[in-house]
This record gives sequence, structure tokens and C-alpha cells, in this order.
Amino acid sequence: MLAFLLKRLLNAAFVMLAVAFLAFMIFRFFGDPVEMMVNEQATQSDRAELRERLGLNDGLMTQYARFVGNAVQGDFGISYRNQQDVMVLLADRFPATFELVIVATVLSLVIGIPFGVLTAVYQERKLADGLQLGSIIGVSLPSFVVGILLILVFSVTLGWLPAFGRGDTVDIGWWSSGFFTSSGRAALVLPSISLSLFQITLVMRLVRAEMLEVLRSDFIKFARARGLPLSVVHWRHALRNCLMPVITLTGMQIGNLIAFALVTETVFQWPGMGLLFIQAVTFVDIPVMAAYLMVVAFIFVLINTLVDITYAYVDPRLRNDASVKGGASNGH
Amino acid sequence: MRLKPKFILTSAALLLACSTAQADVLKWGASRDIGSLDPYSYGDSFTINVLNHTYEGLVRYDKNLKIEPALAESWEILDDQITWRFKLRPDVTFHNGNTFTAEDVVASLQRVSHETSPLKGNLPAYVSSKVVDDLTVDVVLTGPYPLLLNDLTNIHIFDKQWMVENDAELPTDIGAGTEGYATYNANGTGPFIVESRQPDAKTVFVVNPDWWDTPEHNLTGFELLPVNSAATRVAAMLSGEINFTNDAPVQDLPRLAAAPDVNVLEGVDLRTVMLGMSFRDKLVSGLDNPFKDVRARKALYQAIDMEQLRKKVMREKSRNAGAVIAPPIPGYTEALDERFAFDVDAAKALLAEAGVPEGLEFDFNCLQDGLVNEEQICQAIAAMWSRIGLKPNLDVAPQAVQTPKRTTGKADVYTLGWATLPMLDAYSPLLQIFHSKEGNSGVFNWGDWSYPELDKLVQSAGSELDLEKRIALETQALQIVKDEVIMIPLHQQPMVWATTKNVSDMPLFPDNKPRLWYASMK
Repeated sequence: MLAFLLKRLLNAAFVMLAVAFLAFMIFRFFGDPVEMMVNEQATQSDRAELRERLGLNDGLMTQYARFVGNAVQGDFGISYRNQQDVMVLLADRFPATFELVIVATVLSLVIGIPFGVLTAVYQERKLADGLQLGSIIGVSLPSFVVGILLILVFSVTLGWLPAFGRGDTVDIGWWSSGFFTSSGRAALVLPSISLSLFQITLVMRLVRAEMLEVLRSDFIKFARARGLPLSVVHWRHALRNCLMPVITLTGMQIGNLIAFALVTETVFQWPGMGLLFIQAVTFVDIPVMAAYLMVVAFIFVLINTLVDITYAYVDPRLRNDASVKGGASNGH
Repeated sequence: MRLKPKFILTSAALLLACSTAQADVLKWGASRDIGSLDPYSYGDSFTINVLNHTYEGLVRYDKNLKIEPALAESWEILDDQITWRFKLRPDVTFHNGNTFTAEDVVASLQRVSHETSPLKGNLPAYVSSKVVDDLTVDVVLTGPYPLLLNDLTNIHIFDKQWMVENDAELPTDIGAGTEGYATYNANGTGPFIVESRQPDAKTVFVVNPDWWDTPEHNLTGFELLPVNSAATRVAAMLSGEINFTNDAPVQDLPRLAAAPDVNVLEGVDLRTVMLGMSFRDKLVSGLDNPFKDVRARKALYQAIDMEQLRKKVMREKSRNAGAVIAPPIPGYTEALDERFAFDVDAAKALLAEAGVPEGLEFDFNCLQDGLVNEEQICQAIAAMWSRIGLKPNLDVAPQAVQTPKRTTGKADVYTLGWATLPMLDAYSPLLQIFHSKEGNSGVFNWGDWSYPELDKLVQSAGSELDLEKRIALETQALQIVKDEVIMIPLHQQPMVWATTKNVSDMPLFPDNKPRLWYASMK
């Protein structure tokens, strides 16, 4: 088990190094931050000095080594645009993104699971057809279009919900939460719907497929034969057997949602990490872009590693298999 | 982190019905946020513009963009011609209650001109300053320099004691990787006090009851609400969540104008859009560069149908320009503004005279995120040039990608917009664009041209203290720019602001900077 753990962690570290290098290469050719940082009046020598001070004249490997060295200590430097510590900046924005993702996830489960069951149980009915069709639209509409449509209907025409921003927030330690004010909750509605739409259809289709499978199994037939009410059979016995894959999928999708909240955050001016990243891109704010990529990559790597370890813990065959492979490669 | 307690301003009901409930707090939906609360953080016009509501300079622009006294009441140039003596306004206090004195001016000028300050280019002639008495300051310059007041309009004055207490005497040094107190906190003398700030979400300003000047506004405060997405900003305007935007997208104007609760304010920006050409021996492709010949440059000029461009691309919102500066800028004359006629045959003849080979290919460098409708402008012009037998290769990409190509001469023809900010004088483009590239001059001389005669005129204008003589020198220099077609002027671009109906007064300024201390609401 120890060898397996070590190998997984080494793997994770290697992935992070590769991401760091990729991020670095991209930004190297992305453009010139100095031109964006000085104003029209700045002289050529001002520019040259700034370039030198930022260390942009050093060799690529030197810059990369310095970046990794600092990143390991959690130091990503200070943002070119905001002149704030990048980690503080990201930590400040993380609550906004995380709350949005959590609400979107809850929405996707609360709506997706019942819809999945309904389409499976009432396969032959118009309602199921309608939901299926709706789900295709949900998958195919780009989320910025969905966002703008929601804004047009619920903010401009009906005037019910705010079109942008996060409303008022309450600070709990370093976490700023929008859950505790009515404007904060109102502001969450449209962006979380827009973000969850894809997720809802994913959950719905997964539940439907699993349900169809389970409904054909013997224990459901026996349950029916015992004369249990159909609602109990469907919603208790059958559904319970479908939930495992849904939970796995949801866990894995949280990383995706954090990464893809970017578009939703841009449309709704949601002050999260995605918005920060987009602005960093337009400004060639290299420290912020690099740190964002590293953080998102870290979330993915962390989730994957945890999942691997859990599986290995649950199923010893995986562990043995892996440690055999690990031993072999150590022999080379 | 955030040192001020977060201010919970309104309930959701207020947020949803903000336009009626809080008529005197103006909600300003901007297309971007300010970078920090430190006006010296980097030379970004928008940040300086917004922070001008909190910080003030020794002098400022009035409603007609003429310089008027602000924190200084009067000034004179001493006999040595290089020392300026400022008499300061008495009884001015900072937002923290401290009294404004000469010490504050000296400390602020030292801060802005420090070698790590990104804004030191905004005060190019500054050498040193010293306190004469509590309300008198002497500023020493490198030589006779006529534009000090123009420069000072954008140099904001800090409280020395506040800077010392918070270790903020030096500007934030990005290279050193340190953060600054002034990045998160503000303490000026201006009409509005910063109450709270959440980057990318909301910055709240409340009125300063102890402002030295008589307010012409009736606001109790304003909120800066950045909304980057243009569609969302328009929606927020239509739903009344914002009262004002200084960046209404041109394509949404009909929609905004048709809305019953929205007023659209249109004007012409001071920014003149022009095209520059490389004057190097070779083009990027390695071919001989025909644009070294003034006839070839003039051919490019005369092949552009500005009327078509104005109608089709700019939707009749722009103003065709013959001069490289806008009419309100000192140095402008009507004669300079006369365009060379649009004439395809003349253009073809000029190309032939200059010996430009048929089907000449060259790179045409444009920005995706630069000027108003820049991409469409470039496409239209490229099509017009192919009509006279040239083959421009359009290269469109974001600013961050294009700028390095431009500064290193990897662009044969390129776009440039110049508003002369913050100086508001023809000296700005003459020194920065048209002067030969040497030392601190010609930083934007991307085509690498050199006209010694023009350089001389610019240099004498830069030390001529007599206003009329100086303007005459600048006009002469601009005449050379025009005769030699150093750059091709196109137009001044449109500028569109919008307000909801409950904003009764919002003066539109041609430098595209909102000044909310002149705004009022019903």
C-alpha cells in the first residue's frame, strides 16, 4: 500500500510540474505584459527597467525554475494588474466560485434525478419525450447564450432577479458568503441555473439509463409481485440502486464545474476565480494566469488521486496490481 | 486583507428596485474595474479617472477642459525659468481629517517620480521640490517647460502623515513583489470618500461633506460596478440596476435609444485613429519597402474612401479627420484638418510613379480589442487597397500579441489611436509618435522615421513658455507630419455614454472621462 501511495503521489507531482511547464510555455509566447503596464508617457528606458525588474529578461529555464520553486512554497508572486498577492487574490475569489458550483451541483441533482426517473418510468409518454428533447437543447445551447437569455427574461423583462454581481456578502473569517443575505441568494439564482443546465441533463440521462437497467432486474419484478405501490418500487428500491454512479459522476464533475464556471462568471460578472482569470488573460497578467491554472490542475489532480486511493483501499486487487507494476518499473 | 469592514448597504428589495429607492446614489456600470485604489499603481487612464473622485491634483480641468486651480490657488514661474512656485489652498483637509500642507505636495511628487514609480513618465520634466512655507511649494524642472500644469492635472496628492504611518511613501514595486497599503486604502481630498471596495464587484464612494469646493452635484455617493460583458451591461441598464455607463456598445445603441427609461449621450472622442507605416529599408517579408517614398504613402491615403468607412463601418458616428489631433487640442488648425481627396486614379498614378510593383504584399497589423470597430475598419481598408493593386495581409490579434510586433518593427502597416491624454496638447503625439526615436522621445515611433527639421520644432516647442509661440511651433510641426504623410489620419471615434432617466445631468467630456462631481439625479 505504501509503495502504491508513493507512486500515486509522485504521479501527481509530475502532472503538476508538467502543467506548470505548459502554463509557462504558453505565457512566454502570449504577449508582453510590460506594454500593458506602462502608460503612453513612459520612456523606452522605463520599459526596459520594468522588464528587468520583473525578471522577463532571464532565460526560460531560469524563469521556470524560479516559478516552480516559489509555487511549491505557495508563493505565486503579485498580480501585475491588481498588485496584490496572487494567492490572496485567488483565495478571495474562491468562495464565490465554490458557492456557485455547490448550488449548481445541488440544482443538477434535485432536478436531474427526478427527471431521470420520470423519463425512465414513463418511457412511453409525451412527458418523457418532452424532457428528453429538452435535455438535448440543454446540452447543445452554449452556456453564454443561456445566460443572456435568462438575463433578458428574468432581469430585463420581468425584473425579478439581478442581472449581474453577487449581491451583498457576509464575511465568515476569510470566507465571504452570499448565502446569508436575500440579495446574495437572489443573485445566485440565474448564474447557478445557467451553470447547472448541462449538468442537469447529464444526471438525468445517467439516472435514466441506470433506471432502465434496474427496472428489468428480478428484484424489482419481485417487488412488484409483492404488491408494493409502484411509487415505492420506483423511487425507493430502484432509484437507490442507481445512485452510486451518480455520486461518482457528481464528485468528478465538481472540478469541471469550477473550471467551466469561467463563462458563466463572465456573463454574470460573478466575482469568482474564472472572472479573475479572464481579466488576467486580457491584461497578460502572467502570475495570475499561471496560479489559476495551477490551482485548477491541483483540484483535478487531488480529486483523481483521492479517488484512486479510495478505490485501492476498497478493492485490494487494484492495489496489488499497481504495486506489482510499480516494483517492475523500479527494477529498470 | 481588506481592512475596512465590508459595508452591507441594501436589502435585496433595494437592489432590485434601486432606481427608485436610492435616487441619490448613482450606480456606475463600467466595462472594467480599476486596477487598485492607488492612482500611482500604473499609468492606466481609467483608474486615474475614477480615483480622481477621491484624490485631487494641484490643478484640474474644468468643464471645458481648460486648466483651473484645484489644490493650488495660484502659481508663477520664478526668474530662473525652471522653478515654479505654487501657492496652495488653505483649509483643505484629507478624508482622515489631516490638514493639507506643502509637505504633502513634496511627499507626493517624490512618490510619483520615484524610480520604481510606473507613473514617473507623467511628470517628465520634474527634478525636485521643496517646502517654502506651509502653503508654498517650489518645483524645479529640468529646463524651461511649458506643460507642467497639464502634467499636474493627473498627479494626485497624498497625505504625507498617512503615507508615513502606513509605510506607503514609495509606490508599489511590482518587480519586488511587495504589496502596498495604498492599493487597498485611499485618503484624498476629493469630493468623494472611498467607503469599501470589492475588486471586480463593487467599489462604494460616499460624498465628502468637508470638500473645500462647492459641490455642483447632488449625489450622496456612487458605486462603481464593473460589468465586463457588453450584453449584460446593456441588460443591467435596461433593468435599472445601473444608472450610468461610460461604455455603451455601439451595436446596442438602437435598443438603448428605444428604451423608455434610457438616455443615450453621444459625442466624438478626442482619440484620433490613424495608420502608421514602416520606414525601414525592408518590409517584414524581406522585400524592398516602398513606403519610404512619400508618394507611396500618399497613394495609400488617397485610396481610402472615408465617407464609405464613416457610413458603413462607423454608422455615421465618427468624425473624419485630416489632422492627427482632434479640433479641441491646442495646436490644431482647420487647414491641417483638410483631407487629401479620395481618388483611386490618383492613388494608382502615385504608386506607378513611386515604382511600386503590382500586387505588392505587406503585413497590415490590427488589434482585436483596440479601437472602436477596429477589425471592420481594417477589413474595409484592406479591400480599398486591393482595388489599387496592392495585397495587404490582414493580421488581427489581441493587443497583448500585436504590441510586441509593433514595437520591434514586425508590422508594415498598423493602426494607432492617440488621444493626447493626460496632457491634452499636440506636444504629446509630436514627442511620443512623430519625433525621431532617441532617448525619451519617439517611443511610439514604430515606423522608425526621422525628420530632423520636425525634431527641432518639437524640441523648441517643449521649452517655449510663451503659449502662442509654442502653439505656432506645434502647428508647424504638424504641417510636416501632414505634408510627408508620416501617418494617415482616419477619424475621431465615437464615444457613447448612457444614463437612466432619473439621472438629470451627466456632462459628456470629449476626453471620455466621467466627472461625477458634475452629475445630478432627480
